Order: sequence, then C-alpha cells, then structure tokens
Amino acid sequence: MNAIADATEPLLYLDGVSVSFDGFRALDELSLLLMPGEMRAVIGPNGAGKTTMMDVITGRTRPDTGKVVFGAATDLTRLDEPAIAALGIGRKFQKPSVFEQHSVFDNLLLSLAGIRSPRRALFARETPAERARVGELLETIHLTAARGRRAGDLSHGQKQWLEIGMLLAQEPRLLLVDEPVAGMTDTETAETAALLRTINQTRSVVVVEHDMAFVRALGVRVTVLHEGAVLSEGSIDHVSADPRVIDVYLGR
Amino acid sequence: MRAPRDPATAIAVALVLAIAALMGVLDLATLPASPWHVPTFAIGLAGKYLCYAMLALAVDLVWGFAGILSLGHAAFFALGGYAMGMYLTREIGARGVYANPRLPDFMVFIGWKHLPWYWHGFSHLGFAVVMAMAVPGLLAALFGFFAFRSRVSGVYLSIITQALTYALMLAFFRNEMGFGGNNGMTDFKDIAGFPIGARTTTVGLMLASAAVLSLQLLLARRVVASRYGKVLVAVRDAESRTRFLAYRPESYKLVAFTLSAVMAGIAGALYVPQVGIINPSEFSPANSIEAVIWVAAGGRGTLSGAILGAILVNLAKTWLTSALPEVWLFALGALFVFVTLFLPRGIIGTLARLRRPAPATPATPDSPAEAHEVA
Repeated sequence: MNAIADATEPLLYLDGVSVSFDGFRALDELSLLLMPGEMRAVIGPNGAGKTTMMDVITGRTRPDTGKVVFGAATDLTRLDEPAIAALGIGRKFQKPSVFEQHSVFDNLLLSLAGIRSPRRALFARETPAERARVGELLETIHLTAARGRRAGDLSHGQKQWLEIGMLLAQEPRLLLVDEPVAGMTDTETAETAALLRTINQTRSVVVVEHDMAFVRALGVRVTVLHEGAVLSEGSIDHVSADPRVIDVYLGR
Repeated sequence: MRAPRDPATAIAVALVLAIAALMGVLDLATLPASPWHVPTFAIGLAGKYLCYAMLALAVDLVWGFAGILSLGHAAFFALGGYAMGMYLTREIGARGVYANPRLPDFMVFIGWKHLPWYWHGFSHLGFAVVMAMAVPGLLAALFGFFAFRSRVSGVYLSIITQALTYALMLAFFRNEMGFGGNNGMTDFKDIAGFPIGARTTTVGLMLASAAVLSLQLLLARRVVASRYGKVLVAVRDAESRTRFLAYRPESYKLVAFTLSAVMAGIAGALYVPQVGIINPSEFSPANSIEAVIWVAAGGRGTLSGAILGAILVNLAKTWLTSALPEVWLFALGALFVFVTLFLPRGIIGTLARLRRPAPATPATPDSPAEAHEVA
C-alpha cells in the first residue's frame, strides 16, 4: 500500500505499446498512465483495443513494441500471467469465470494470496485467519448467505461479484475489470458501482465498460480508446463533449 | 472444514477387502468338491481385475479431476509390468530352456553374450518394484513437462498420449531392445521364493492386489480432497482463471499426471506375476482406450466408480469372450455409446446424484465430477 501514499510515481505506465494480429493493429503506440489509488474507466467502440490492452498488462499477449511498467520498475512484458498476478494485478473477465463445481467459500479460499505451489497445497490446512478473511470478503460482495452454494448455481450478477471477490482475495494493488455490469439488472449495476468505489478506497482500479450510465455513476477519469490509441481523456463530461469522440463513438 | 468423508470410498475399500478375503478363504479352506469352493482360476481372474481397477483409478485421477484425457495410460501399466517381468525373468536363472545361469533365454536365442547394463539390479525384487514406479513416473514427468508447458490440451493431448503408447509398442516389439521382442517374457518360475502358479501364491498376490488397490484409492481420495485437489478441479474447469490467480496450472497437472503414472506402474507390476506373461501387446492403443471406457462406465471423477467400472466391464468381457467371442468388441463399443448418451455420469455419478436433490440450475453435462463437491 506504499504506492498509494507515494502519489508521485505512477502505478502503471504503458509506453508506446503496439500489438498486431495478422496485419491488424490492435494497439497502435498506446500510452497510458495510472496513478496509485486511481480508478479509471476505459471506453471505446468494439475493436478499439480495450481487451487487448488488458491482455498486454496481464501477460496474455506480448506486445510487439513498447514498455509496460508496474510499480517502481517492473517490466511486465517479460513476465507471464501467474508472475504478473503474483505481483498484485487482478483481472476480471468479461464473461464471469468462477470455479463452478466449487462452493462460493472454496472459490474465495483458493483465491486467497499465499499458497500457490502444488506441494504446499497438498498439505495445506484451512487456518482461522483464512476463514476470517473469506468471511470479510463474503460480506464485501454480499454473498455471505450463499457461502455454501455451488458457484455454478449462482445468478449471473452473483457470479460477477464472486469473481470480483476472488480478485480481492489475492490482495492486488491493481484490479482490471472487464465489463462488470454486462447483463446485470439496474439494481445490481448500482450495487456494483458502489462495490467498485469501496474497493477503490484501498486499491487502484481500471474498468472497461460499454454502459455509459454506469461510467457516469462511477464519476472517475475516462480514457477513450479508438483504433488502438487514446483518442481523448478527462472527465465524462469532457470526453462526451469532445467532437472527435462524438464522431467515432457516441455519435453512432 | 476437514477433508470431506466420502461414503463411496469407504464402501469401496470395505467391499474390495471383504470380497478378496472371502474369496481367498473359500479357495484355501474348502475342498474342491464343496459347493463353497472358489476355484483358483477365479482367484487369478479376481487378481487381474484388481490390477485393471488400479489402472482405472489412475486414469480417473487425471481424466476426472485434471481434465486430462490420457489415451496412453496402458503404457505406464506396461512399463511397470516389464520392470516386474525383468525381475521374474532373472529369477528363472538356470532353469530356462538353455539353462544359461547368466542370460535369459531370449538373449541366448539372439546370440547375446552379456547382460545389457539396464538389466543390472533386476535380480532384486526391491529394485524391480522401485523401477516399476520410477520408470513410468519419470516418463510421465518428462512427457507432462513438455506437453503442459506448451499448453497442449484436449484432443491434441489425447492424440499425443496415444502416439506415445504406440511408439513404445513398436519399440518393445524389436528384439534388439533386449526385452524379449514380440514374445515378451514368460515361463516365470517364482516370485520372492514362492512358486508362481501355486495356489497359495495366487491367493497371496490377489490379496496383495486388493490391499494395494485400497491404499491407492485412499491416497487418491486424500489427494483430491486436499486443497491441491480443489485447485486441480479449478484448473480442469477454468484453467485461465487459475493462471490469473497466480497459480501455475502446468505444475498442478504435472503432479497429477506423474502420480497417476506411478499408480499405473504399480498396477502393471502386480498384474504380470498373476497373468504370467508380459509382451508388447500390453502397450496397444486399444488397451488404453478400454481403460477410459471402464472409467466412463463407472463414473468419471468419482474414483470408486473407476474401480466398479473396471471390474464390471471386465466381468462382462470374460463372460462374453468365452460365450460369444465375436460379439465382444461390438458390445464394448455399444457400451461406450450407451454410457455417453444415457449415463454421462456413469454408475456411481448417477447414484450420487439420485441421493442428493438436484441443484436449481443443472450442471452442464460435460462437466462431471460431482462426487467430490461435498460442501
């Protein structure tokens, strides 16, 4: 949490990142700066490069050129997904991805920071501290009553929250959240906005979203991507009024 | 939360041990004329089924819990069998056809003068047992390391495992490999000083198989009920989620695959003295596929179902191959189709589901393994 106190150093810094797939430029010299403790919304039309950006940060895709720096001087482009996750970057997928055959409790237990090697996992015993932490997380994501249920039996919205809870269990410094409210009811959307704001009190968050009402409800700085580069950046009112943004995105 | 108690495991262990003990007593303590007598050939058959059950258990550990559909597990079984066969061949000593005290008959026959280096040590049973575990384990570790690191999965992995066992079969067919070529090894005389084929030895080996199978089942249950086992199931169902949670799925799969290969190797080592022969046909791809069918029939991801499936299908095979030999392969194929269409959870999986009320949203049919999710 030191990074949050020291607000002069960026937490995440993308510098001139380019990615091409079969001649298609998914990211084109993308640069982005995220300060510790910040929550950022990333919007943009389909194919603007939002998901590719997440893939580059989390190690799923290696950029052709450019740097991705996390914290003081960690170059993420040299690391793979588990190593980046262990550094403290959590990622929520667009389609909820939870362990459907396990209970809600076990989903969170397996996500807790700590035991990761098979050898330690073979002999691991559940500790009271772990149980307490899972209890807190269940409260945060409003799933205390569902702790014993099979995750596969949860509603769509509950699965989204469970996945957010699993990210939190890793104690990340940065959360990347891909379309968290897709397919949610209005009430669930409002609760999710509140949940993300709570999370943002202690962690940095990047939210990729299509739902403009939701982005407005978050009330944070917005980055608009278009054709793999930043088109505009600022408050929601600022970018909504930007003629280039209206042209490529909002105007359609 | 303790490791969940699984009634199916307890029942399976109790049944295996009780039936094995009862059969042993009824063979040794009754006269052949008695209506209670269990003939010794039935004991040998039971011992063979128990080894098949161990192989099925090994397949279920990787297929049911790690989602790795291995179509080459009989290779590990056969390697374990060869290790034991080498010991049994050395035990023959000068009692072979050529009465050569230093070389097995097949080496004399192809004109070899010296025992190859890799045969040294196999005159000791302990060494052979260690090799029966180490060789399959190392092969699996090496194979798994490259396959899982390269993220080979699904049908591609299945095909490579099939190729692995086929390649080994071709290799073991060759005389110059020094494993007896297509005849393999047979005409064993004794094991640890006990004459092979004697009634007491047959009963002893069958009882040992029952005990080892029980231990393997208990071990496998402990493994899948541990946190490791939960992560393994998580890897099976949502591999990339585990990776973004900082797990390394390849190392979880590698541990399961290696452990499973060791279990299959032990099964092969117990199998060979009971059937009296080991030859390259044990590597044949069809054997591995049959083992998968046993698991599917008994219930994938249930462990005890794998044992039940192996024993039931082999009982049917023994009966059919003597009563209607030409029908057997069709029956096996029909069984696989029937299980896939009408009993996707297998026998134990279906029973477990009947005992528990179905959840509000039915699970997808392609994600079985219900028995472990005891809350």
